[in-house]
Amino acid sequence: MTTTGTTDGARAHARAQADAAIAEYWRTVPLEEPDVIWRETVEQGNYAVRVLPRGARLRLSDPAGDTCVQLLVFNHHQRAERLNVADTVKVQWQAYLGEGQLLLSDMGRTLMSIEHDTSRGHDTFNAMSNRAWNAEKYSSDGLYDHAPNARDLLTVALSKAGLTRRDVAPAVNLFKSVIVEPDGAFRWEGDQSPPGGEVVLRADMDVLVALAVTPHVLDPRAEYRASPLHIEARAGAPAPADDSIRTSSPEALRAFENVDDWYRGRPAALVGVTP
Amino acid sequence: MTSGGQAVFEHVVSDTTLAARAPWSQRIRAGQHLHVIDLEGNQAVDFLVYSADDPIERYSAADTMSAQGNVYLTTGSVLRSNEGRPLMTIVTSNVDRHDTVGGACSRESNSLRYGHHTNHQHACVDNFLHELAQRGMGKHDLVPNVNFFMNVPVEGDGSLGIVDGISGPGKSVELRAEMDVIVVVSNCPQINNPCNGFNPTPVRMVVSASG
Repeated sequence: MTTTGTTDGARAHARAQADAAIAEYWRTVPLEEPDVIWRETVEQGNYAVRVLPRGARLRLSDPAGDTCVQLLVFNHHQRAERLNVADTVKVQWQAYLGEGQLLLSDMGRTLMSIEHDTSRGHDTFNAMSNRAWNAEKYSSDGLYDHAPNARDLLTVALSKAGLTRRDVAPAVNLFKSVIVEPDGAFRWEGDQSPPGGEVVLRADMDVLVALAVTPHVLDPRAEYRASPLHIEARAGAPAPADDSIRTSSPEALRAFENVDDWYRGRPAALVGVTP
Repeated sequence: MTSGGQAVFEHVVSDTTLAARAPWSQRIRAGQHLHVIDLEGNQAVDFLVYSADDPIERYSAADTMSAQGNVYLTTGSVLRSNEGRPLMTIVTSNVDRHDTVGGACSRESNSLRYGHHTNHQHACVDNFLHELAQRGMGKHDLVPNVNFFMNVPVEGDGSLGIVDGISGPGKSVELRAEMDVIVVVSNCPQINNPCNGFNPTPVRMVVSASG
């Protein structure tokens, strides 16, 4: 038993807390796992932000089957270049994201490829929640309470990477599927995600990723609910010339050619960059 | 009102004929109306709108679609901001629907869609960036937009694409500003897909003091 009435006591009290922590939520990866460059569990109402080197594999998994992730991606070196949801669906002639598809930047380059996907689908149309949305739906007052909204979470996350509120561009919602009916209306399919689904994204450039774990805006449940997201990223090799995603369409091929062109004369990949 | 290039409007604040391929921006006060007139037909008008008081609050295609539960814009659609607030409302449209999924053409996306040889063609993103720059804004402020008079059907399997237009000469859309806003427009210069009938043409932008 320590007392916090003195500096010595307060220090001892502070240091004792780590001993009781739950290992699953530790962010620091042990030194004996050099391949693992990021491991983190993000619970509902929380966020994560990280730089990943070109070639890294980012595995996002949904052990309980009820997560929902709002994902933003930037070119780490030139952060005015970012995920463009409109270009992503228009250039690939396809609105429903899945295995083999690219997350395209607004500069005609692939930021990440969906290398593997066992989820039941994602959503490229709908909003991330904002303060007004969560006030209405969950009686939330802001970031600090029981129902933080995705926009405020991602604003804080990006601020830590030197970006601002202006950089919170449209995101993709992962792990919750929405279908467009013939008349353009949305049909919610989000309840069908099985436990254990996962998405593996390959970083096709050095990227900054920021994500929030919050309920989808079309989630019909009255309660604020999203199950924890498990994140694990490992170092890896960029797409080779004969990569099946690179060669899957003329549009994909040119998106990789534009990446190759951008990297011409630049260092191969980043190592050990923060955040 | 009647629509068409010759239409006469009351209480006109400004009346501008935008050349084919040209950019435009204007501050529009709460309660004022903007009439966008497709003079020759099948001319896509790429459109963004920002809060005049705090331009970081800006058009959000996603918030707009989520709030109305539908991907297509039509009469009654409310163009919402990234904070969920109404920026403008489409009060009348004599084209069935408008697009907000397909975003703006850019040199870079053209290179993916049509080949690297299109990389030096003029594009909407350049118009947007040029016009934003006049107002102290830039690429960080650029987000997916509205495409008036552009037809982008989303099919059952998720396939989507820019297909032949459903507009015609003199068709128009009328918007009411719900707050003081800045609208930024690119009269689309695209020549590689049917959004402009492969032939960009002028459009007319009329701001009136009321409906």
